[in-house]
Amino acid sequence: MERDDIIEYSLDAHHSEEAGAQARKTIWKVTGLLTLITIIEVALGAIIKQGSPSWPIVKVSFILLTLVKAGYIVMSFMHLGQERKSLKYVLLVPYAIFILYLIFILLTEGSAVGAALESYGV
Amino acid sequence: MAGQASKQIDTKTLWGGKVSPFSSSYGKLMMWFFLVSDALTFGGLLVSYGFTRFNVQDAWPIGEETFNSLPFLGHGYPLIYVALMTFILIVSSVTMVLAVEAGHRMDRKGVTKWMIATIIGGAFFVGSQAWEWSHFIHGSEFGKVELADGSQAIVKGHFGELESFTVTQAGNHHKVGDEITEDLMHQYQHAIEKGHIENNIIQLHDGSLAKINKAKDEHMELIVKKDGGEFKVGQKIEGKNAEEMYYEAVNSGEANRIVYGANLNQNEYGPQQYGQFFFFITGFHGFHVFSGVIFNFIILLGVLKGTYHKRGHYEMVEKTGLYWHFVDLVWVFVFTFFYLV
Repeated sequence: MERDDIIEYSLDAHHSEEAGAQARKTIWKVTGLLTLITIIEVALGAIIKQGSPSWPIVKVSFILLTLVKAGYIVMSFMHLGQERKSLKYVLLVPYAIFILYLIFILLTEGSAVGAALESYGV
Repeated sequence: MAGQASKQIDTKTLWGGKVSPFSSSYGKLMMWFFLVSDALTFGGLLVSYGFTRFNVQDAWPIGEETFNSLPFLGHGYPLIYVALMTFILIVSSVTMVLAVEAGHRMDRKGVTKWMIATIIGGAFFVGSQAWEWSHFIHGSEFGKVELADGSQAIVKGHFGELESFTVTQAGNHHKVGDEITEDLMHQYQHAIEKGHIENNIIQLHDGSLAKINKAKDEHMELIVKKDGGEFKVGQKIEGKNAEEMYYEAVNSGEANRIVYGANLNQNEYGPQQYGQFFFFITGFHGFHVFSGVIFNFIILLGVLKGTYHKRGHYEMVEKTGLYWHFVDLVWVFVFTFFYLV
């Protein structure tokens, strides 16, 4: 049996100094972006409290910003963006299907149970 | 980028055997598959958290009110510590990417440097999470009070300091007239939990009775979090009324009228499920961070030994990096859904 980890599949297992410098620049740019997004989230949370009328907008924006952060971490830091399309799809599509279904069922069943508890008591 | 070249292989060669169809080694592919399954586990946990929160009738705690302390600096810093923890974990993810990049250039010193930074960041996160747990379990000075009508309220305000206990009736250890000045808060809270305070007289561990000398509380405000016979969720009680109702519970002689901190059964912040989800989700995540730190350390030893340099590539660092990024990714979601929203 040939050892799999000695064979190099990925053609970007090695890169030169210049390519390295480019890669590092991208890394720092993404870091700055993630930090900025986190600062915005914390500032929003600190300024607009839960009682206020604009809270639902803030809540939705938290979730959207988190998805953006997650996207950058997966695509850039985990290098999934540089992998083959087939690998990207094999990983992301089943996950997206499962999670979207889970969220749908959470909202549906959660509100149904909530309504039932309101009408019939705990 | 060199990665683009691997996309130009024609499909017949790609799927014809003897090469990986995904241009990825077995180890890396399996790590990705594991991460997808673990992500589904965490996804399931967060969804069940959402479901519970959706159908709990009582008020759910507000993140910035519950988590507002800094180590050594006390309270008044809403969500600052958890934001710092998030920042440190993201930075440790960045140092990990830099370690992988250094590995791509076979720069052993660079890999070592960045991996050490990653380990330190991870260790800081685990330590911080441990502090958060201990602070959560310990609770606040006022605790959560069950009012006479059965409703439950959290308390805001400044707790007047306990000055001393003056023994009025001797017990096994203390004599009449003894002034106790040590460990007051601990004994006070214990006595309240057991219902051992009546008319401002506390029954101490050794059976003696003592008068409580305590400074006045300031700006006391009760916020109802659970419906009772008279008070409903969201109601606020201030001033003299608040003090009267709170101390009615303190002096009632009934056990468990006031809950401090958190344990596996109840917590002072909100419904039972709040504490349970807090411990489970952050604990499960913290366990992943901890194991990640251990893995990083083991791989660091391999880097120092020169194993990967001899092998010709630093893919092991990349695989460990994938796990570490996953841990960071999960935290980003836990932070949003547990602390922010």
